[in-house]
Amino acid sequence: MESARARDRLNTFIIYVILTIMAFIMLVPFAWMVLTAVKTNQEAISVDPFYIFPSNGWHWENFATVWKSYNFFILYKNTLLMIFFRVVCACLTATMAGYAFGRLKFPGKTAMFSLVLIQMMVPGQIFIIPQYLMVSKMGMLNTTFGLVFPGIVTAFGTYLLKTGYQGLPRDLEEAASIDGCNIGQQFLLIMMPLTRSSMVSLGIFTAVFAFKDLMWPMIVNTNALTTTLSAALSKMVGQYSSDYPSMMAAATLAVLPMVVIYVIFQKQFVEGIATSGGKL
Amino acid sequence: MTKTKMTAAEKNAAIWAWAFITPTMVGLIVLNFYPIFNTVWQSLCKTGDFGRGNTFVGLANYVTVLQQAETWQSLWNTIKYALIEVPFGVVIALVLAVFLNRKLPGTSVYRTIFFLPMVCAPAAVAMVWRWLYNQQFGLLNNIFHVKVGWINDPKIAWISIGIIGVWSIIGYNMVLFISGLQEIPHDYYEAADIDGATGIRQFFYITIPLLSPTTFFIVQTRLIGALTVFDLMFMVMDKTNQALKQVQSVVYLFYQYAFTNGNRGYGATLVMVLLVFILVLTVIMQKAEKKFVFYN
Repeated sequence: MESARARDRLNTFIIYVILTIMAFIMLVPFAWMVLTAVKTNQEAISVDPFYIFPSNGWHWENFATVWKSYNFFILYKNTLLMIFFRVVCACLTATMAGYAFGRLKFPGKTAMFSLVLIQMMVPGQIFIIPQYLMVSKMGMLNTTFGLVFPGIVTAFGTYLLKTGYQGLPRDLEEAASIDGCNIGQQFLLIMMPLTRSSMVSLGIFTAVFAFKDLMWPMIVNTNALTTTLSAALSKMVGQYSSDYPSMMAAATLAVLPMVVIYVIFQKQFVEGIATSGGKL
Repeated sequence: MTKTKMTAAEKNAAIWAWAFITPTMVGLIVLNFYPIFNTVWQSLCKTGDFGRGNTFVGLANYVTVLQQAETWQSLWNTIKYALIEVPFGVVIALVLAVFLNRKLPGTSVYRTIFFLPMVCAPAAVAMVWRWLYNQQFGLLNNIFHVKVGWINDPKIAWISIGIIGVWSIIGYNMVLFISGLQEIPHDYYEAADIDGATGIRQFFYITIPLLSPTTFFIVQTRLIGALTVFDLMFMVMDKTNQALKQVQSVVYLFYQYAFTNGNRGYGATLVMVLLVFILVLTVIMQKAEKKFVFYN
């Protein structure tokens, strides 16, 4: 018995060691990003491996410089607007369609739902050229509308919300219709509030996906005043590739908002991604 | 449709239902289904200079695409990337998930850390790794006192990119594994404990088979994700990088042709080739599912 407990303790110890090593590997790039960002370029390119912290003061002003020179205020604003409209559009259209597919009977349901499933199976790159041509023809390049355009509806979100509505108890509508609610009222007052957690999942998923997207903003937004964080970073790499502290300060500023939100709402984030299990 | 007439209530429900799905269906048709056909059409056309005008040329683009060594090289590069990202990303994530699922104190902190790269823009992540990999001043070369060209040497650049991919995806796979693990009934492990089976045996005889639906799902989605990789290559590799040809993925090539060079017909053809490849793979995966996945 004693030896079994000792073995258990050893196992636990080994597990912690492995987890800690992995956590260290995961964190090193982040740490090095921030540490480089507060150094002078001279210090950043020093080749002494144990030269980890800046020696002549932490140059927090690097962030201010980068903030100004790349106009991060505009980048944050553009990214936030894109995320906001994408989340609103996705949640609104998906909850309606999800309710119809999950709870109502109607002719053409199977055919329509198979379209939803087909869209989810096809790799997204196939849509990009025509979507770009449409935005271009509408004269909507370099606008927030252009950034939001491919995300106005979501097949994945429809599927997710349909599953959410299907999970609700069967007799909810009956009770409501006895009380004299029509289908619109049932949906709005009873059913939709019950799928809050699926909606939160979809919202988080949509926001993270939009935040991370690089190719679409690069295609429809070449203007520095209307571009997003990711697309702006792609330009900096080419322009200032040897000013390492500035680049790392820019990278830090680009990841910081989402990291802060994630740390605060990590339970919702992790659950949202896990339950949706979508393609990110 | 059935021949029996719909009752008034059914008709009412159908009208509401169609009103509810109309925005989504119109959106899907305009944004996704029309584009599928349009991309097929464009792949059969030659794009004029400066991206203007379309001339129908039949399968000429396909002939060119399939004759280019560059196409096959990029397909091979993409497969090589997937061969690093998917197996390593899955195995490491599985081990971490099993450890974290033991509910030891502090596991939520570890989970938070492992999942962190998932909420970071790949563009920023790639910038940081590019700096770590820097041949002259990068952290990696300085720590190990070497001068490895992590992203300049054609022989190893694809591995370096794959490592970034694994680092980025571990947390996501891990979270999916954890929710899969929580669905395995605890009785199995209790019975195994009574029989005196060790933790490692339990892992191979209980966890692995009962987790196979989750594993299959992750492998399938990640495989498709890896085959459409773009951001990492685009952000890490300069256009002047000598290793670019040995690293660039199919989607990277697609982006270059369709949007940098304005040759949409050729770009559309590349994406069609990728689509066919992915569809074939999906069919093979579905066959494999029946054979290897254990459904309770």
